[in-house]
Amino acid sequence: MRRPTPNSPGRKLTIACGVAACAALIAAPQALAGIVTPEAGGSPNADEIANLYNITLYIALVIFVGVEGTLIYALYKFRARKGAVPAQIHGNTSLEIGWTVGAAVVLLLLSVVTFVKLDAIRKPPNSGSGGLSLASNAIYATSETLLPPNGRSLRIKVNGQQYVWRYTYPGGKNPDGLDAPYSYEEMVVPTDTTVTLDINSQDVVHSWWIPQLGGKFQAVPGYTNHTWFKISKPGFYRGQCAFLCGRLHANMLAVVHAVPPAEYEAWVAQRSKDLAAADAAAQASRTALSKQSGAASVQNP
Amino acid sequence: MATSATPIPQIAAHSAGREEQGWTSWLTTVDHKRIGILYMVTTFVFFLLGGVEALLIRLQLGAANNNLVTPEVYNQLFTLHGTTMIFLFVVPMMAGLANYMVPLLIGARDMAFPRLNALSYWLFLAGGVVFYASLFFSPPEAGWISTVPLSTSTYLPNGGVDAWIFLIHLTGLSSLLGAINFYATIVNMRAPGMSWSRLPLFCWSILTYALLLIVAIPVIAGAVTLLLTDRHFGTHFYDPSNGGSPLLWQHLFWFFGHPEVYIMVLPGFGVVSEVLPVFARKPIFGYKAIAAATVLIAFLGLLTWAHHMFTTPTPLVVLIFVMISSFLIAVPTGVKIFNWIGTLWSGTIEFTTALLFCVGFIAVFVVGGITGVFLAIFPVDWQLNDTYFVVAHLHYVLVGGSVFTIFAAIYYWFPKITGRMLSERIGRWSFATMFIGMNVTFLIQHSLGLDGMPRRVYEYDNIGHLQLYNQISTVGSFILALGVLLTVVNVLRSLKNGAVAGPDPWRGNTLEWFTSSPPPVNNFDVIPRVRSLEPMKDIRREVERRTGTGAAAEAGAVPGAVA
Repeated sequence: MRRPTPNSPGRKLTIACGVAACAALIAAPQALAGIVTPEAGGSPNADEIANLYNITLYIALVIFVGVEGTLIYALYKFRARKGAVPAQIHGNTSLEIGWTVGAAVVLLLLSVVTFVKLDAIRKPPNSGSGGLSLASNAIYATSETLLPPNGRSLRIKVNGQQYVWRYTYPGGKNPDGLDAPYSYEEMVVPTDTTVTLDINSQDVVHSWWIPQLGGKFQAVPGYTNHTWFKISKPGFYRGQCAFLCGRLHANMLAVVHAVPPAEYEAWVAQRSKDLAAADAAAQASRTALSKQSGAASVQNP
Repeated sequence: MATSATPIPQIAAHSAGREEQGWTSWLTTVDHKRIGILYMVTTFVFFLLGGVEALLIRLQLGAANNNLVTPEVYNQLFTLHGTTMIFLFVVPMMAGLANYMVPLLIGARDMAFPRLNALSYWLFLAGGVVFYASLFFSPPEAGWISTVPLSTSTYLPNGGVDAWIFLIHLTGLSSLLGAINFYATIVNMRAPGMSWSRLPLFCWSILTYALLLIVAIPVIAGAVTLLLTDRHFGTHFYDPSNGGSPLLWQHLFWFFGHPEVYIMVLPGFGVVSEVLPVFARKPIFGYKAIAAATVLIAFLGLLTWAHHMFTTPTPLVVLIFVMISSFLIAVPTGVKIFNWIGTLWSGTIEFTTALLFCVGFIAVFVVGGITGVFLAIFPVDWQLNDTYFVVAHLHYVLVGGSVFTIFAAIYYWFPKITGRMLSERIGRWSFATMFIGMNVTFLIQHSLGLDGMPRRVYEYDNIGHLQLYNQISTVGSFILALGVLLTVVNVLRSLKNGAVAGPDPWRGNTLEWFTSSPPPVNNFDVIPRVRSLEPMKDIRREVERRTGTGAAAEAGAVPGAVA
């Protein structure tokens, strides 16, 4: 076999291919989101996950090409031919120790990268200057309930049920919180504000997932799960339940609608008013029905 | 087959008694070979059933918002498909292969407990029948993982989940008894001279498979028993409103479910470690490393179950522990892959169908292994978990690690089991079609997951490229099915018309080739003393020495040549 000399066309071609491959890889994440990389772009945690994924992808591609290349080369080079004699080798201790350590080093590297990225993915940052102004809810913090460093986040309760998501916003006036504004399927949130979610379920296991806003988290009855996001661009961010929850699992959709903080406050105020009005109307019709049926003494709690 | 100057020993193993005849003899048999055949044929039928279910799933997903099946039927289909492939195909198929081959490979005349062996098979069949009987009523629809509370009587009151529970109990008991039998056989009944360092790697993998089953099966048996009592007897083990815990189910299930993955792939690793040296004409590279890696994978496999639960409410310390332990598994797995390539290196590779399936397995399994590392990094898993990326990953692992290796075993050992050769031409076509079909079906599913498609959805909107990706996958699944069908045709054809194999058509390394094909009931008249990892090489050398090089030793019967 002819070995390419430093200036041979073969050598140049190899270098050119290498450069092209590297350039393609660097350009890849933007062009290939949703094909070879996860979706991101809505919230810093999703971006950091995509970033961690990409680093892993580069390492993986090198290993993939190396192993598959060696395999194909071996199959071609050592195919049975007339006069070929198989080498009766039983092993090679230093080589075997070498690749064991090599594999371990790659994984160690991946662990280190993960630990470096971990805080940016897990821990919510403070809201931006243009975000909603919030009171501190630091009293709620536990080792599992992560809050921003200044303790201020918009806490929304996410409740999974067959087959819809219900969101409860802060803002109830009663101590029991039962009059807090809520909505189904579409969650309205202010931009530039750190939103922390307390996720649970009232029937079966569901999984909260908006790809562009970070990872998914199971809603398990009896437990509360937590995640966060912070959206800078107003708009709609779509997702759906990611854990089999029954026949209509595929139809359990979720939308996060990010709006400027002023618009959010107006929406919540309107929502509270509408809900109060609807409650009052229901109360009125209950009273009317009770009178009609002669059971005037029946009071709805 | 290339003709060889090395004489092939003809072994005069005689049947010790009259062979049982008639169909009733198959019902009453306690012969490990017949039980092995029963297992393999039955599991292959279940494999075809599971394949049909998979094709129906792919047809439903072949178009956005398709209405081919109802959501109810769709959920039943993927539950049947997953459960069938795991509990009624891969695990018992490995049991069948091991049943037939382990006693032959270690030079034993049968399994340690022949009657228990028969019981294992009939329990397995009962499990399959009970499960599939639900087709006539209401099949289960909670997925092969049957997560609570969905699988409790509140949400799925019909009998489907109960059929699934009975399947787990019956096949679990079958596997447990089988595992005890394999363990006792391998530990006690090896040929004289077969020390642990001369035990064929397939037997190492079956030993490890048995140990994993013994550890894992009781856990799932307990978990489904709690589910059964929750469903019917008013207990609240999994009911959060009465102090129970749905997460308990996930922990118990995956404590079994993750070792189950290794239960399904380790025997396949063993097959590859047997086939590669034969067709590379070279000893296995790093025998001790492969054997040690097998045991290490099994041990680490018991520590990683919670990587299926990265998105549950779980403390950080658990997430980190499980990420690291999952990473650690990649090391012995990588070692095995390097050792297999090392075995091919500097060999003279004969591209038989069995070798092609082994090499195809390595090529495909590397992808499954690498995507497994992505999923082990828990923040990355938060994005990928429960999407089609995971479906792609697990099929790269299981179609590669289990289906391809099972097909390698079929092509490699069919001559021993039936005395007939399979057509190599059809075999190569079958391999090529399956390899292409597999990659077309599952490679694109990584993108489906990255594009936001969750698992177990009966329909999807055509957002982005979802429909295109799904159609590619559907086309691939039919190519894969065609490849499987070619091997079915090949087997049926060769049973009657295949070339007669003779005792040792591949010039194998291990003792199963030291008896006639098919072997008589007693397997061996004389059990040879084993002096190396590759006893048949020693025997052939001895034959050569006695008869003179180059002399055709076709007629020279040398029972116990090196005894």
